[in-house]
Amino acid sequence: MNDSALAVELKGIWKRFPGVIANSDINLSIAPGTVHAIVGENGAGKSTLMKILYGMQKPDEGTIAINGEFKEFESPSDAIDAGIGMVHQHFMLADNFTVLENIILGSEPRKGAKLDFDTARNQINSIAAENGLAVDADALVADLGVGDRQRIEILKVLYRGARILILDEPTAVLVPHEVDELFNTLRDLKREGITIMFISHKLDEVLAIADEITVIRQGTTVGSVDTKKQNISALELAEMMVGSELPTPETRGNTIREEVVLDVTNLSVHAAGGKAIVDDISFSIRSGEILGIAGVEGNGQAEILDALMGLVENTGVVHFKGEDISNQSTRSRRELGIGFIPEDRHRQALMLEAPLWENRMLGHQTMAPNSKGFLLNISGAKEDTQRIVREYDVRTPSIDVLASALSGGNQQKLIVGREMSGSPRLLIAAHPTRGVDVGAQAAIWDHLRNAREAGLAVLLISADLDELIGLSDTIKVLLRGQFVADANPATVTPQELGTAMTGAGKVSA
Amino acid sequence: MNLRRLGTSLIAPLLGVGISIAVTSVILIAIHAQPLAVFSSMIKYGASAHAMTLILNLATTYFLSALAVAIGFKMNLFNIGVNGQYTLGAMVGGAVAGSLHLPTILSVPITIAVAMIVGAGWAGIAAWLKVARGVSEVISTIMLNFIATAIISYTIVRTSVGHETSLNVRGTAMIPESGMLRGIPLLDPKTEIYGFFFISIAIGILYWFVLNRTRFGYDLRATGHSATAARTSGIDAKRMTVITMLISGALAGLVGLPYLLGDAGSYNLNFPTDWGFTGIAIALLGRNNPIGIAVGALLWAFLDVASGQLILEGVPREITTIMQGVIVIVVVMSYEIVRRNQVKSEQKNVARALEKQEVSA
Repeated sequence: MNDSALAVELKGIWKRFPGVIANSDINLSIAPGTVHAIVGENGAGKSTLMKILYGMQKPDEGTIAINGEFKEFESPSDAIDAGIGMVHQHFMLADNFTVLENIILGSEPRKGAKLDFDTARNQINSIAAENGLAVDADALVADLGVGDRQRIEILKVLYRGARILILDEPTAVLVPHEVDELFNTLRDLKREGITIMFISHKLDEVLAIADEITVIRQGTTVGSVDTKKQNISALELAEMMVGSELPTPETRGNTIREEVVLDVTNLSVHAAGGKAIVDDISFSIRSGEILGIAGVEGNGQAEILDALMGLVENTGVVHFKGEDISNQSTRSRRELGIGFIPEDRHRQALMLEAPLWENRMLGHQTMAPNSKGFLLNISGAKEDTQRIVREYDVRTPSIDVLASALSGGNQQKLIVGREMSGSPRLLIAAHPTRGVDVGAQAAIWDHLRNAREAGLAVLLISADLDELIGLSDTIKVLLRGQFVADANPATVTPQELGTAMTGAGKVSA
Repeated sequence: MNLRRLGTSLIAPLLGVGISIAVTSVILIAIHAQPLAVFSSMIKYGASAHAMTLILNLATTYFLSALAVAIGFKMNLFNIGVNGQYTLGAMVGGAVAGSLHLPTILSVPITIAVAMIVGAGWAGIAAWLKVARGVSEVISTIMLNFIATAIISYTIVRTSVGHETSLNVRGTAMIPESGMLRGIPLLDPKTEIYGFFFISIAIGILYWFVLNRTRFGYDLRATGHSATAARTSGIDAKRMTVITMLISGALAGLVGLPYLLGDAGSYNLNFPTDWGFTGIAIALLGRNNPIGIAVGALLWAFLDVASGQLILEGVPREITTIMQGVIVIVVVMSYEIVRRNQVKSEQKNVARALEKQEVSA
């Protein structure tokens, strides 16, 4: 190995799938001991590139050199042997195992037929100490938070001898102060000479941590920026990513009317053990108003939505258009005019192995144009699916393809189009643009804004604070099931909101 | 696109039959028999008018049994209790029919209704246990099979419902000729095709219609696709479980009737009791689709009927059981592989089509 060699060098990488060129002429040079960010829109080819580097896919053309040596990876284990480790976006940990057990899982040190826990513990403690990764090796993973779990994932790959780490969207699941901790960890790792590839589309974070940034657009590398030598703003970076000017989520003007569409009083949801997850909250939304709820995931947002849709046991009174719907079923709430964009697209909003037009009916199967009496109206549903595809720009060759064949963004457009059909009076939307590319995001925002002007009331939950601030007329901050602050979207910054979400500070109303 | 889908859905069954023939040939050679001679003798016999009638009749029974299983499978509800439901339904139906002296037009519908109600009621116990108590329907329906067997034995042996019907076999009172549903000797002048053959075709069409053209069918399929998405969409999972289990049980109640009303005339202790498990296998083969199930039922019935011929060739008839087992295993495995490939190839096709659109735009 040559000390001055690049840690990773990719030259002329091409990867074609039938009908799609995922990567075309990717060139990437990463110096050892640096944090190198790869940014790009969803579908730009980042994940294909990662899979190639991690041995999960073979490139059609091009060369991979690790520490100056040419490599051909047949499988991830070849990549691991070459010192590459991957920290996935979704953690792969066994909840009922301890930290130690999780880390050694799959490469357990043995003493005869027995597992050698002592050696493993010493080894892990020394790796943790060297890299500033504080973890309790004997804690049960089930008891740990997201930040700790991520540290375990990092330890796991270091334990396997990785010197080059690939972090796939590592901050997606973290709250702001956990992001800071992660960045400290990454700086410590860098000091130990470890090379880090940081994949993200959160540009301010990328600018905060990366030594060098490579932008990927439409499958190819469009440029690299050395952040020490060049001053580049998040906006410039974003425009490199998109190749054009960016849309903003801003709503203009006040469209709030007198009529209260949703009125919630003393709503509580209790967990199986009796703990209140949503703790006695009250709020109301008027016609033409978007109410945003800010909060770190897991503070009761999901339960509020489920309670409003009648999907979980709850106490309290919910009035919709003046009518008490507290005891109504989910179906009758939908029939009364509540649209629902749930948090988990795949589990809650789609039948992945059914055609688009059948998905169009889901949740609306009792209503026109999908059914007449007890019979389905298939031609009506198909026609209306065509309309949604047209109006919401769902990219699909036909409405007969399976929902799983569409990209995440197009699936989401179909869902938004469906939930906005039949002119609902209230839309309950969780992360309406999560995983959606910039163009589609702008389109969804437009639809929300237009519906708001037409008098739609919206309850919005979003982890994207810019979106929340840009779209909402009113913002409430949720912490441990209670509203702890109100924020004025006209003046609040994402930073202030982020701090309020962790309970650390107050924001002015 | 649909032609393609049809083509790929034929891969699995053809593969199943092919591999099954190969495996059986190996076994036949191992026991010093001539595979070609054995198969051609089976086919020759199966093509005779008499055998074809027997095949159609047996397939009628299997078809109904598989439909009963399939409607549950459609929403991931596993009714393993078709055996208990149909034997109980056939016994009570047989006892009622045996006591009625009404014209056929009244007696047969009453018998059918009674058998369906008994089957639905027996399955309803499992539905209630699942909804109210969270008991897995797999466990409860299996247990209910044993209870049904015990109830039937007790009723026929110990109570006045049982009679000595023929030599040493107790059963329900013989059904008068007016209570029987006789068939037509369409293919073979000496054997009738069950009247139920035609009824089951109507039921197959109805099954397709309910599943694909009604809101109830949509709710059922949605639940099968994704229980969580179904719930979010407003489908009441408990209600669906109860209704589907009742329909499945009602269909199961019919399974014994083609034979009871077309041939046996009495539910006796020799009445076959494991058509329910055959139904599970055929529902898997036919992918819960009525046409697929019909083909599967015919294939299964052919193997059963033609197995009698094997003894003449000096080969144990259990060879066909091996064939049936291999077909099911291979078909179920290859369905899953084909399904995954279909999902993947559809993703690729969509991507390709979109790329073309963009190039031409």
